[in-house]
Amino acid sequence: MNVFGDMWTYLSDGTNWSGEAGIWALMFQQFLLTVTSLALATVIGLPIALWLGHLGKGGFLAINISNVGRAVPTFALLALFVVAPWPGTATLGPYGRAGLATLLALTLFALPPIITNSYVAMREVPGEVREAARGMGMTGPQQFFRIELPLGLPLVVSGLRLALVQVWATATIAAMVAGPGLGNIITDGFYRSNYGKGLAGALVVTVVALLLELLAAGAQRLADPTPEEVASPDRDPAMSVGVATVGQSADAVD
Amino acid sequence: MTLLVAAGLPSADEPRCYSRVVNDWVCGDYLIDRRSEIIDATLQHVAITVVSVILGLLIAVPLALFARRVPRLESAILAITTGIYTIPSLALFPLLVPFTGLTMTTVVIGLALYALTILVRALLEGLRAVPEEVRESAIGLGFGATRLLLRIELPLALPVLMAGLRVATVSTVALTTVGSLVAYGGLGNLIKDGVLTNFRAELFTASLICVVLAVLLDVFLVLAERMLTPWTRGVRG
Repeated sequence: MNVFGDMWTYLSDGTNWSGEAGIWALMFQQFLLTVTSLALATVIGLPIALWLGHLGKGGFLAINISNVGRAVPTFALLALFVVAPWPGTATLGPYGRAGLATLLALTLFALPPIITNSYVAMREVPGEVREAARGMGMTGPQQFFRIELPLGLPLVVSGLRLALVQVWATATIAAMVAGPGLGNIITDGFYRSNYGKGLAGALVVTVVALLLELLAAGAQRLADPTPEEVASPDRDPAMSVGVATVGQSADAVD
Repeated sequence: MTLLVAAGLPSADEPRCYSRVVNDWVCGDYLIDRRSEIIDATLQHVAITVVSVILGLLIAVPLALFARRVPRLESAILAITTGIYTIPSLALFPLLVPFTGLTMTTVVIGLALYALTILVRALLEGLRAVPEEVRESAIGLGFGATRLLLRIELPLALPVLMAGLRVATVSTVALTTVGSLVAYGGLGNLIKDGVLTNFRAELFTASLICVVLAVLLDVFLVLAERMLTPWTRGVRG
């Protein structure tokens, strides 16, 4: 098909990769956005979720935040941020046009999977293990750091993995509001009816998304203290839709 | 002039609240004057969402049943669906365009793929949750494979499937907005236009209707589940 030819022409032209608006630069920008907002969301969400999970309080909130996050379209939130007087379209250093708006939206969308998974991770530590720890005379912090955190780590990491993939996807959408990132190649290709270019951008975004997912899955395997029990995707509360875990279910990758 | 408006008096030369000068976020005049445009976008949004989820469900059921028969296939199907789920929607739609063009079909297929990944998981999980002794009793009572599936397993898997259907539906309502890339995004088209023209009332109204739609469809599915599974009432509360 002709479009595939155009795509190949675009991808094999070195000048499209280099330069300020080249693929490498945009990829770096999107990567920077992803890492920054994931770090922000982790710093904000992880301690709260772990602490609530340790205490066993605030479960309703921790679990339903994922439902709310799913119902709010990323595109709509980004659009509202960009059109509002603040954060608006102001350029933010290496994050580009509408950098602050994008960072804020990405951080907000990274929070639900991190909070829900970390909370569930703490709650899923078996009661008898917890009791045994208390019986051995462990204090609250000792229980948390020596028992709950190591046992819950795989689920916590799977929440981070989900957030990572989701943030990467959302960062692509930023281009729909003329924001930063690789999505610009896609939207630009479509606005100019240069579908080969749009397809090329889509391909690059997809390949990187799949690579990130694979890398994160590898990291998740490393975090499992009991590796012989293979972590199936179904163990992930943020991806599963079991009745007992309704509301912690899969999050849309926008 | 401001006083007149505050008093609710009509004024011919007062700019509308959605005019470029005022550009209010919330504007009743916008709702009235652009009523048909808003209704059209909402209807398109609902149509895309409903068709996508139903298409996803129609593909998910045989796929899940097949995966259950062939355990080796199950992990492959789960891996592929996770892969599809990883693809950003803004990239998935362009990838489909060479095959289906700038049509509503592109959006529907893309969204159905996302819905499918959630629904296959939910179905497999629901079927796995059917207690072994229930299955054995049914076989002991002389149920054949088909009757076992239709009368015992699917009804018992229904709560989990419905949970998946709710997740898929709510996600699809949100994702439909991205379809505005190929000009079929329902309310997403209004959001896109709102950004391009700095039209606050249009942007805010469309975003709000999106969230309301998601909530309404979710409530509808909860009610449908209650009707379909009368035996669970009172047990689970």
